[in-house]
Amino acid sequence: MATLDAKIPKGPLAEKWTNHKSHINLVSPANKRLIDVIVVGTGLAGASASATLAELGYNVKSFCFQDSPRRAHSIAAQGGINAAKNYQGDGDSTYRLFYDTIKGGDYRSREANVHRLAEVSTNIIDQCVAQGVPFARDYGGLLDNRSFGGVLVSRTFYAKGQTGQQLLLGAYSAMNRQIGRGKIKMYNRHEMMDLVVVDGKARGIITRNLVNGKIERHGAHAVVIASGGYGNVFFLSTNAMGSNVSAGWKIHKKGAHFANPCFTQIHPTCIPVSGDHQSKLTLMSESLRNDGRIWVPKKIEDVKAIREGQLKPTDIAEEDRDYYLERRYPAFGNLVPRDVASRAAKERCDAGFGVNKTGEAVYLDFAAAIIRYGKEQAHVKGLDENDASLVKKLGQEVVRSKYGNLFQMYDKIVDQNPYETPMMIYPAVHYTMGGVWVDYNLMTSIPGCYAIGEANFSDHGANRLGASALMQGLADGYFVLPYTIGDYLADDIRTGPINTDSPEFDAAENAVKSQIEAFITNKGKNSVDYYHKKLGKIMWNKCGMSRNEQGLREAMAEIKALREDFYKNVNVPGQANEFNEQLAKAGRVADFLELGELFAKDALERTESCGGHFREESQTPEGEAMRDDDNFTFVSAWEYKGEPADAVLRKEDLAYEEIEVKTRSYK
Amino acid sequence: MNLTLKIWRQANANVKGKMETYPIENVSPDMSFLEMMDVLNEGLISKGIDPVAFDHDCREGICGMCSMYINGEAHGPDRLVTTCQLHMRKFKDGETITIEPFRANAFPVIKDLAVDRSAFDRIQHAGGFVSVNTSGNTQDANAIPIDKHDADKAFDAATCIGCGACVASCKNASAMLFVSAKVSQYALLPQGKVEATDRVLNMVKQMDEEGFGNCTNTGACEVECPKGISLENIARMNREYLGASLKG
Repeated sequence: MATLDAKIPKGPLAEKWTNHKSHINLVSPANKRLIDVIVVGTGLAGASASATLAELGYNVKSFCFQDSPRRAHSIAAQGGINAAKNYQGDGDSTYRLFYDTIKGGDYRSREANVHRLAEVSTNIIDQCVAQGVPFARDYGGLLDNRSFGGVLVSRTFYAKGQTGQQLLLGAYSAMNRQIGRGKIKMYNRHEMMDLVVVDGKARGIITRNLVNGKIERHGAHAVVIASGGYGNVFFLSTNAMGSNVSAGWKIHKKGAHFANPCFTQIHPTCIPVSGDHQSKLTLMSESLRNDGRIWVPKKIEDVKAIREGQLKPTDIAEEDRDYYLERRYPAFGNLVPRDVASRAAKERCDAGFGVNKTGEAVYLDFAAAIIRYGKEQAHVKGLDENDASLVKKLGQEVVRSKYGNLFQMYDKIVDQNPYETPMMIYPAVHYTMGGVWVDYNLMTSIPGCYAIGEANFSDHGANRLGASALMQGLADGYFVLPYTIGDYLADDIRTGPINTDSPEFDAAENAVKSQIEAFITNKGKNSVDYYHKKLGKIMWNKCGMSRNEQGLREAMAEIKALREDFYKNVNVPGQANEFNEQLAKAGRVADFLELGELFAKDALERTESCGGHFREESQTPEGEAMRDDDNFTFVSAWEYKGEPADAVLRKEDLAYEEIEVKTRSYK
Repeated sequence: MNLTLKIWRQANANVKGKMETYPIENVSPDMSFLEMMDVLNEGLISKGIDPVAFDHDCREGICGMCSMYINGEAHGPDRLVTTCQLHMRKFKDGETITIEPFRANAFPVIKDLAVDRSAFDRIQHAGGFVSVNTSGNTQDANAIPIDKHDADKAFDAATCIGCGACVASCKNASAMLFVSAKVSQYALLPQGKVEATDRVLNMVKQMDEEGFGNCTNTGACEVECPKGISLENIARMNREYLGASLKG
């Protein structure tokens, strides 16, 4: 079987992108006016792509299911964005960012894409600052940086704990300028229901207006999917309630390969589950690991006393605490990559050291940082460094200025003050490295259909490093796709507007309408959430932080059975032609019920452990993930064949020219 | 906890709405307000009653999509939180809770508690941006040092989530706090100064066309703002507007 062709340009790695840009086809400014592009999703990738395509002169139609493009879930990203600026003079470089990302991804990402990402990272910061994004600055007025997991430099730019919000509002403002000029036509509260393929090319989409239920046809010369990740297949995740896989899944069913679905990031620092009513989980930014130390008690009797409320965490003496990340990984300490930190938390909790009622929580403690910052401030201000209460007060002020909104969020949710007592945290589903397969130009296996941002698979391998999602979303949208799409569209300058009055549009629209009709008339006995929660339980228990063959086989069978039951017994209230959130949710859950099975199948076939994918059968004696490079140095791209279990594996072999593939070590 | 909910029900923008009463039992104090609404809706669905429509998405207080008017206050009785971050421990067992949509002429009801806030987007289209293209050739980010004090103030203004609580809380349904936050962010930064004159004139003009009311400095918006956006921004916008009007 031939390997998939990723169309990686020839030449030395560091020159590929520059050379490629110089040699691909261009569309003249006059002809760009004749070309329409659809962008689905308005997060960092979608908003930045829409704005840039419109600036270049294309006619853009943008779609989001929220009431405004500013609500896309990129808004909730907290910690920061990486860029190889080396402003701190700590030895950072394009190569080092590239290397850290490949290593962090456990050698399962595409070298050429990652290098390009590192190259354009610096442009992103320049662009955002020019747009008026208020990044954190130091007292000299220059940009400040902090560190994230898996690296030994400070290359993360941030805006308190709201970096995603500020970057998205920057991209949204760039969109607004183009909406005002009429170059972007914005469709809020619209959901993409299907892709329309004409003569083998993506030529438009079918949408549903979520306010009045109207089914609409939209033609274009190219379609860009920027609809984010599929973490909500687990029901409980840090994603927004509306985050879904549907746009990516619909194009998969029309011919786009779906790559590495089992590569999912379980984020180590989230607020633990509090009960069955829980609708989502809240992330506490990785940036907190700059200053927070993670621990559980050393003695099991202390754990018991804490759970019974007889001891408080602050009562546990220093020598009775197990700072297990610092113990196991002295080089990186609390800043190991996310997959490593999550598994280490699970290991301690499985061993009985979890510190809350359910036994699924560890401490994230700021007491040491508060004292350290407080002493520094006292020194700077010429005050008494030995005055404990003064030091604490000054230290708390510094911590508040760095992470204030996160501490407030924690306090509101848990009803405990994290300035006084350690936070309790536990891993939760956060990000999906897998996604729609794309080539170097970010085109899917369907000509004219592109996937960018979290929706594609290409840059993060089997584990994403912190502060790299924002970087990738904006890199794809501002600096990659707007160039590469021209290469394809150069052939479309004489095509003229796409006619939506064609048999292909008829067929797609009819299929959408009949699915909606089926949901509304089904009148079953179980709500949509009933199925979503059941699916989430299967995924978390059998496809979560640790996976094995038996569990994965069971998961495939259980998901298939659940899907069949869903179509028989789901109850969708209300009508098709009105604002009907249950109906919208039913369509999304239907797609999750298919994706979940493919996810389990992918995890089953990949018998190695790598990054966030931990197969119990493949581990070192110390319990670290063990890769199998001889048999699995490839991307698993799945071709749709009807039932998810029947999907056919198409491999893209990963060749590492620049980097020596090694066992990842953070010790 | 057992509660009585009085909720505004309205099928769509073209029909009249009314309050309906629903009892709800076994509410956990650890639930968020929206999780309580999820439980209510699951119950309504099982009884064959249309679930209550409401806007929500991120459920961590940052997307700005949730928008309920609870017991006479936008986002409910707690301070500096959105409805999704409001927890049931803030209410008492046996309490009756009144839930209405954000009300303003410029925010027509879509269904039940969901309203159309696209007027906010249109104000942003009029000038909420810096005119800089994505060229990849913009100057180095550290080429313009910015006074930390100004940068922090710009950041504080930029944390507005565009939820509309300021409008819903204002007796005049004024959007001054929302508009001034964006005007302030750019007015405080050198990148935004170039277009400051046109920006404030265009955004205020659009605000007026959308039918928002005038500001009479009652300060209700600042009190109810989940992000603590300061009235200082309105003062700054008034100065910017006056200066821009004199300029021309």
